[in-house]
Amino acid sequence: MSPLLDIKGLSVSFRTPRGDLKALRDVALQVGRGEIVGIIGESGCGKSTLINAIIGLLPANTGAVKGHIGFDGQELVGLPINAMRKLRGERITTIFQDPMTALNPVLTIGAQMTAIQYRRRASTSEKRRRAIEFLEKVRMPDAARRLDQYPHQFSGGMRQRICIAMALLTEPDLLIADEPTTALDATLEVQVIHLLRELQRDIGCSVLFISHHLGAVAELCGRVAIMYAGEVVEQGTAGDIFRDPRHPYTRKLLECDPGRITERQEILPTIPGELPDLVHVPQGCIFRDRCPERFALCGERPPEVTVRPGHQAACHKARELVAS
Amino acid sequence: MTPLLEVSDVVIRFPIHSRIAARLTGQPSSIEAVAGVSFTLEAGSTYALVGESGSGKTTLARAITGLVPIEGGQVDFAGRTISGLSEAALRGVRREIAMIFQDPIGSLSPRLSVRAILAEPFKVHGETADLDGKIARLLDDVGLSPHFAQRYPHQLSGGQARRVSIARALALRPKLVIADEPTAGLDVSIQGEMLNLMRDLQRKFGTTFLMITHNLNVVRHVADRMAVMYLGRIVEEGLTDDIFKAPRHRYTTALLSANLKAEPEAASYVIEAEGETPSLLNRPKGCEFHPRCLFKREVCRTAMPEEQMPSADHRFACHNPA
Repeated sequence: MSPLLDIKGLSVSFRTPRGDLKALRDVALQVGRGEIVGIIGESGCGKSTLINAIIGLLPANTGAVKGHIGFDGQELVGLPINAMRKLRGERITTIFQDPMTALNPVLTIGAQMTAIQYRRRASTSEKRRRAIEFLEKVRMPDAARRLDQYPHQFSGGMRQRICIAMALLTEPDLLIADEPTTALDATLEVQVIHLLRELQRDIGCSVLFISHHLGAVAELCGRVAIMYAGEVVEQGTAGDIFRDPRHPYTRKLLECDPGRITERQEILPTIPGELPDLVHVPQGCIFRDRCPERFALCGERPPEVTVRPGHQAACHKARELVAS
Repeated sequence: MTPLLEVSDVVIRFPIHSRIAARLTGQPSSIEAVAGVSFTLEAGSTYALVGESGSGKTTLARAITGLVPIEGGQVDFAGRTISGLSEAALRGVRREIAMIFQDPIGSLSPRLSVRAILAEPFKVHGETADLDGKIARLLDDVGLSPHFAQRYPHQLSGGQARRVSIARALALRPKLVIADEPTAGLDVSIQGEMLNLMRDLQRKFGTTFLMITHNLNVVRHVADRMAVMYLGRIVEEGLTDDIFKAPRHRYTTALLSANLKAEPEAASYVIEAEGETPSLLNRPKGCEFHPRCLFKREVCRTAMPEEQMPSADHRFACHNPA
């Protein structure tokens, strides 16, 4: 069966006063049916551009969009706005980072949850019943009564559950979760992640989970893609990425995670240097300037090395860099 | 070591209903955002306040700087009581206590250049001699080159904006810096840079840091002492190493076990706290954590636990500790 989401050779640039900023370059990513794929990357790596390209919400200063985004056999690049609107909010839904700004503060939860069912031919009471059913699915106690409350009357964790319930209400094929746990404390984060996994099994949708919390990705995702400066530099199963990372950027990123450093450190590891300028994209490997493994060949664009089936790293040394 | 900051039994309330509305709805007329909190901060150390959003961490920090009035208790700073001081008297104190806010770009005025942002504290306190020299030194302290003075906040990356807010906080060489989620939303590498920078500055200037965060991975590496807050109270307090090695309060154990590691499969042993944080409007009876606690006993429903001190450096309030 073909993957649900099949991105190939996707490049997106933005027009800026300094010239075209090449925000995404030749990105390939697949999300299978019923699969949970994590994307990890620092701010500025192109995660948001990738999501916006999928849901057709690229900003007005977008320049060229090249390549393919296949969604269930349909090409999304260049899709007319009306056709995109049919998919968005119906077959592709999104949960955002901040549940407070994602909800309308002056409408009750019930009003918002019935309003988004505008495509369904059903009575208002039928829509309310479905809203209650989904609030119960996200384990909202006393759902029927709370339907008439406003967003400010809920705690942060509850608000994010409401957003999840709303995103799943249409039983989408693809759920995009953009840093959904960043605003939550550790106990609530675990709850939301376990809830997402359970509901994903229940509904059978695919999930694209974007986060820079490595622990959350390891807990939830089957497959993981690592992005750096507009490119996918490595992808594989969660086990491949976290136990046998082959791209030096992935390796440095994991070294920097204070959660993996068990002894208290005086000085925390960092990745020296800065992101490259994406208006004047340097030749060769994009990570070269910051890479501890750099050698002569890195001035040339690295090949996509297949370490094992399903595990690729874009690095000249990918075969040599084995786990120490 | 001498205490720089002593917070004693501080209570902070926010009005939510008029007295009549309170009587009609049967709800209290105010909520206790901070309900009797005490802790001591040694000079030159780093102290972390940990807890979920809504646990009162930020409110407490704002009260220390006098931005929120306190209803009970006392705050002593560098040997004098600063709670209840007038605005005018507070001005002198505020040059010794600086804040770094959570949103690094949002806390810098978009219409001021970095130079103007860094000049402001000096102007407010009338220290305008050699302003350019002072600004250049500040930028150097936080590892930014002098040409950053000409930039505007939108021209800064997240990490650079944090450096500017740290520079601004340090401008008047404060004794205490309160950092509210200083690394929230930062990538792990830049987070490391910020924490290393704060540590360098602490060594260089002897600055004391009060850090508010819900990132336990950060706390373990940087804080000497920590307090875990829940619903406006400290439920456990002590040396960071002790609490990480042997947490006692059941909320602390849940928090620590929920701290996900980037190790697939190995991560799955998690003591999950049940349900949601109760509302401050409707504080549970007995131990306030009991509705979510997997280890509750009968007594937890009825009696609020007394504070216990297993050692001089560690205290917690739990009927059935780990």
